[in-house]
Amino acid sequence: MKTFGPIAIFVLLAAVVPTLLFSGYHLFQMTMVVVYGVAILGLAILTGINGQISLGHGAFYAIGAYTTAILMSSWDVPYWATLPVSAVVCATVGFLVGLPALRLGGLYLALTTFALAVAIPQILKHKLFEDWTGGVQGLVIDKPDAPFGLPLSADQWLYLFSLAVGVVLYVLAINLTRGRIGRAMRAVRDHSVAAEAMGINLAMLKTRTFAVSAMYTGIAGSLGAIAVAFVAPDSFSVFLSITFFVGLVAGGAASIGGTIVGAVFIEFVPNLADLVSKAAPGAVYGVILIAMMFLMPQGAGGFIAMIWRRLARPGGQ
Amino acid sequence: MEGFIHQIISGIATGGIYASVALALVMIYQATHHVNFAQGEMATFSTYIALVLIQLGLPYWVAFIGAFSISFVIGVSIERVLMRPVANAPVLTSVGVFIGLLLIVNSMTGWVFDYTIKQFPSPFPDKALFGGFVSGHELGSTGVTLSVLILVYLFFRHTRLGLAMRAAAFNPVSSRLVGVRVGWMLALGWGLAAAIGSVAGCMVAPVVFLDPNMMSGILLYAFAGALLGGIDSPLGAVLGGFMVGIIENLGGAYVVGTELKLTLALVIIIAVLTLKPSGLMGRRVYSRV
Repeated sequence: MKTFGPIAIFVLLAAVVPTLLFSGYHLFQMTMVVVYGVAILGLAILTGINGQISLGHGAFYAIGAYTTAILMSSWDVPYWATLPVSAVVCATVGFLVGLPALRLGGLYLALTTFALAVAIPQILKHKLFEDWTGGVQGLVIDKPDAPFGLPLSADQWLYLFSLAVGVVLYVLAINLTRGRIGRAMRAVRDHSVAAEAMGINLAMLKTRTFAVSAMYTGIAGSLGAIAVAFVAPDSFSVFLSITFFVGLVAGGAASIGGTIVGAVFIEFVPNLADLVSKAAPGAVYGVILIAMMFLMPQGAGGFIAMIWRRLARPGGQ
Repeated sequence: MEGFIHQIISGIATGGIYASVALALVMIYQATHHVNFAQGEMATFSTYIALVLIQLGLPYWVAFIGAFSISFVIGVSIERVLMRPVANAPVLTSVGVFIGLLLIVNSMTGWVFDYTIKQFPSPFPDKALFGGFVSGHELGSTGVTLSVLILVYLFFRHTRLGLAMRAAAFNPVSSRLVGVRVGWMLALGWGLAAAIGSVAGCMVAPVVFLDPNMMSGILLYAFAGALLGGIDSPLGAVLGGFMVGIIENLGGAYVVGTELKLTLALVIIIAVLTLKPSGLMGRRVYSRV
């Protein structure tokens, strides 16, 4: 892998620089960039690479977050041990959601997942699960301290922990999408009939992609819950799902590196826009979405890749 | 039993609102095969326009017509400026543009008219009629939505322009050949959809109060109604809207409770799409590969 060197340096810098230079809130923001990156990565695998549009990934994020919060507060499970559980739970839910999604082409899937995103806070608030979910109040969980007596603050440890999980997930995603399965996913996106004729089992591939995608976003939800140390139904409104979608489009739907750009975008732009007015973040998202669709359909990631190709081969196309 | 009848009647009243929004969705879907995710936010914006006109001192019905016409113009301009370039783009692009439009309209509403919850006047007397079964507003708003729906039906059935619009949606290439200006027909469809949305907004605002996110739940029910009736059938969408209104009210009262009403819409959507994707009155679509 010839890109291994630059990526290793990038990861090293990402680990060292914020840990040493930032503190408190800024470090928390960096943690959330990692969290959002993983969440958008899940969406990118499904929407960008497999072509199934989801406007409801906030739901899987919420399920992951609640799985972690419930395990930590009701059963005293250590925070790191909740991640595999949440991965399994979200992958299962994703698989089940993927089953009806098989019958829903493009637009209908977008519509159904949008409905899921609108409905999820209500489901979380419902009194049937109130004993576990804490109802409208939500759940407060403890922020983990650095283990083994490492000389790190809780924020620093949390950042490094999330980064480590994130790096593993990114490496897995890159391998997945570069291999045979990734090619199959793209083939289904670009021409499902031809893909089926080449021997790809459409139903199996689509539902499994849905499961993987939900798993990624669910793990991101778990990390996010640990970082925020609090979950409540109203933090998982339809706006969260739309935010992920904005991040995906801003970074470039089918670009894995672009998900990091998208995560930086959705973490920092709303904060900056908030300085202008309460309405500004939504407006900025909207303008960016439309502008991207008109000007850079490949997203920032695709745009950078195009510039890179031009520079790498001067005179070439 | 009385409670049951009352639930059905108020289900019909809210169903009329869902039916209008569903009709607006279907009109745009038929012509462009896009689902307008911003339909609800556009209707909310129109309702605020009506409120501003009322506060300026205009009589209710003048403000109502004013909001209707302004929404029409806004709808036409959105189609001309934003939607024209993405008419044949992939689904991801059109969904992106619609979500962008939703965000922009939503935050513009909040920015211009602020986020506080406002009361919206009802033009109908606030008293119970027919032995308490129906409130004045329920009866009046059902009457208004029904007359709008009938007017739209007559317009499409019995005017030259309506026929041209149907032709443009049904077969753009042939319509262009016989001299229909297809682009403008689509823009008119958008304008009409936005105007119908403004009626729905004005009729629902006295019940749920006016705030920038007023229509997000209603849009969901309208989706459910449009799918239930068949997303390419205007009549189906209207019937579906009424049915969803009744199902929602009965379900909320007797089955799932009011906290899960939105989930009911989700269940309807999934059930229709998996069991009978063409809806009750829609055409089955066959595609050659």
